[in-house]
Amino acid sequence: MSDKQKVDKTRRTLVVATSMLGGAASVGAAVPFVGSMLPSERAKAAGAPVEVDILAIAPGELRVFEWRGKPVWVIRRTAQMLESIVKSDPQLTDPGSAVPQQPDYATNQYRSRKPDVMVVEGVCTHLGCSPQLKPADAKAEMGADWLGGFYCACHGSKFDFAGRVYKGSPAPTNLVVPPYAFLSDTTILIGDDKKGA
Amino acid sequence: MSSRVMALWEWFDSRMPSVAEEWRKHAAEYYAPKNFNFWYYFGVLSMLVLVIQIVSGIFLTMNYKPDAALAFGSVEYIMRDVPGGWIIRYIHSTGGSAFFVVVYLHMFRSLLYGSHREPRELVWIFGVLIYLTLMGEAFLGYLLPWGQMSYWGAQVIVNLFSTVPFIGPDLALWIRGDYVVSDVTLNRFFALHVIALPLVLLGLVVAHILALHDVGSNNPDGIEIKKNKDAHGRPVDGIPFHPYYTVKDTAGAVVFLAIFCIVLFFMPEMGGYFLENNNFIPADSLKTPEHIAPLWYFTPYYSILRAVPPLFDSQFPGVLAMGVAVMVFFFLPWLDRSPVKSIRYRGPYWKGALAVFIFVFLMLGYLGLEPTTVWGQLGFDAFFLDTKDRATWVARACTVLYFAFFILMPWYTARDKVRPVPDRVTM
Amino acid sequence: MKNLLAALLWLPASLLAAGSGYPLDHAPIEPRDLVSLQSGARTFVNYCLNCHSAQYMRYNRLSDLGLTEPQIRDNLMFAADKVGETMKVAMTAKDGKAWFGVPPPDLSVIARSRGADWLYTYLRAFYRDDQTASGWNNAVFPNVAMPHALWKLQGERDYEVVAHTDKAGHVGIERNWKQLTPGTQGAIEYDRTVRDLVNFLVYVGEPAAQSRKAIGIVVLFVLGVLYVFAYAMKKAFWKDVR
Repeated sequence: MSDKQKVDKTRRTLVVATSMLGGAASVGAAVPFVGSMLPSERAKAAGAPVEVDILAIAPGELRVFEWRGKPVWVIRRTAQMLESIVKSDPQLTDPGSAVPQQPDYATNQYRSRKPDVMVVEGVCTHLGCSPQLKPADAKAEMGADWLGGFYCACHGSKFDFAGRVYKGSPAPTNLVVPPYAFLSDTTILIGDDKKGA
Repeated sequence: MSSRVMALWEWFDSRMPSVAEEWRKHAAEYYAPKNFNFWYYFGVLSMLVLVIQIVSGIFLTMNYKPDAALAFGSVEYIMRDVPGGWIIRYIHSTGGSAFFVVVYLHMFRSLLYGSHREPRELVWIFGVLIYLTLMGEAFLGYLLPWGQMSYWGAQVIVNLFSTVPFIGPDLALWIRGDYVVSDVTLNRFFALHVIALPLVLLGLVVAHILALHDVGSNNPDGIEIKKNKDAHGRPVDGIPFHPYYTVKDTAGAVVFLAIFCIVLFFMPEMGGYFLENNNFIPADSLKTPEHIAPLWYFTPYYSILRAVPPLFDSQFPGVLAMGVAVMVFFFLPWLDRSPVKSIRYRGPYWKGALAVFIFVFLMLGYLGLEPTTVWGQLGFDAFFLDTKDRATWVARACTVLYFAFFILMPWYTARDKVRPVPDRVTM
Repeated sequence: MKNLLAALLWLPASLLAAGSGYPLDHAPIEPRDLVSLQSGARTFVNYCLNCHSAQYMRYNRLSDLGLTEPQIRDNLMFAADKVGETMKVAMTAKDGKAWFGVPPPDLSVIARSRGADWLYTYLRAFYRDDQTASGWNNAVFPNVAMPHALWKLQGERDYEVVAHTDKAGHVGIERNWKQLTPGTQGAIEYDRTVRDLVNFLVYVGEPAAQSRKAIGIVVLFVLGVLYVFAYAMKKAFWKDVR
């Protein structure tokens, strides 16, 4: 600014006011642009909750359902599997599920709404691979003291039948339990826990 | 706090002084005539629209699919499923037409005040190049929604190239990459529309502005303000672009944006002129729409194309006339021989010629939107008439006048009765 | 290709003459009348959605019409099982072509290409015609492939055009409609049914239209306020010019 120009208060006030208002308007104009990068109605429809009929699943069998493009495991846990969950406690990083990797209603010993039905996202919390089911009789492969659970082939993380991670695994936390609800005794809805309970 | 910011700025400035230097050169110490009027908003507004088009275009590209099977659906996907997608799409479609509105008014300003004259010939030439590139950009972009008008418009324009003697058919085939406009064509038009021509456009805009700032701005009086400087070497009739014109253009831009938003939010189709009804029907290579008209900004040239009769069964004369009608603008600085620049001091010849030209341009534009039968048939028969459509004969008369405006310009501008130009600008 | 070019540049004129020239009635639609829109939606899914899709329109978007998801699912969804799906139709384009000669067009943006008035008049201009494959013809769209889907509502009608010359020698056209069999709806009720359907089709053409206008008003208000400040700022700076 040259010396001749005196500081003009009106000018300054108006420049500040106009800039602030213009800035606010620009932020408003940016809303549709930024918002357009959120999931579209199509993505939301494709990621809509999935209904699962659990009677069609044999006890002990692993079924994979796709929800929001991610594999979600549903297993009707056998008595033996439930027992293994109790036994594995001392060998786990987070046996009490202190880290919030599950909804409140699944913050319990079996990390599920009902003990015999397991619903968990089949995505390793280490780097996102999908672990494989290794039943208790896979001792030849997994070691003599293997109680049964899941094994991630990518980097060797191990999980029990509640999706809880074993100590010494590269994965830092337990597997994620997605929101789900029982629509009836035999039907569950994966992806939405507001309906039913 | 503010001293911290100042310290940071000084750190930056001592390492890269060219930023402040350019700011001074092009804004704070760029002296523009103080008598700019309404017509001087449209240069800045063109830049604003360019930015709007680039930003909205980037976001459309995120969801648009340049695939003949998916393109139409992806536009409706943007309109319905993408959050805020319809706003972005309407911004881009309204922006396309708004671009031509402001550019046409910007060019008209030049004719009014002689901004194309010496020493600003290069500014003008870069400007005409921008106009040409913009036409290409609009044509390419109009294929992308893949509606019936997109498809058949492209079909017609590409076929124009096939009328070029000898190489024509091969040229059209090369442009399309197929025997008709197809998926291949759509894909390459997409590439050219979203990256090639925008880059050219940006480069030309930079050249246009640099060329302007080297010679300085013209004004409504057509006076060279640099000829009259004060003791500091500043033009007496000049004021620094910043802050005077930055604040003035800000107010102008808000008015423009309000008009833009009225169209965008309340009449995005603009009665079929910005978004055509038939373009809501997916492209069908087997079924031509009943009436094909290009978007309004091309219709003056489209009229000229239709007006020129075929010669030896070839449409090439019409295509040539259309091409020349655009290219002739390049020669304007040398066709105009008037001793004065501004219409304020020009005589009746120029004023009359310009009025006729504007009327003819608008008339051709109107006729290009309508079928040639719009005004019915001539009431008499004669062997030399190749068509009895009244509108075609009016378009022919307008075409002759269009070219006469340019061809006769050296003659009537040199003989015009001009008034003396004052030494200082008038407000 | 040169011939094609010539055809595209000049021929459209002759093609235009082939239009029916039937005068279009003004469609008395009210885009904010939710009852009308819901009624139109019901007519649409019952009568149109069997053959025509609206493949860009999602069922759950119908919540714009004041409907809840269970209401949409129970009353309007016959052809889909998830509320997020689009209004697709089981009939393939190939079947449609075999049955009607042309595949029934998708109706998502039909109101944007044809216009409300055209649709409103067209759907009320069907008449019996032995000469056509479907037994139906249309005064607005001569020799249309579509049979009169709403005929049970409107009943069967006959249509004839009589040309007559008045004393001054002007040729006039008289369009005569005759009801052959009654429909389940009277003329006024049928007009209302079509009005609602067209209202719905206009909505489907651009579901965001109403929010577009609402947002527009806010945007213009903001720009108005901004202009007051920008203009005052310009004045404050320009007071010392000259």
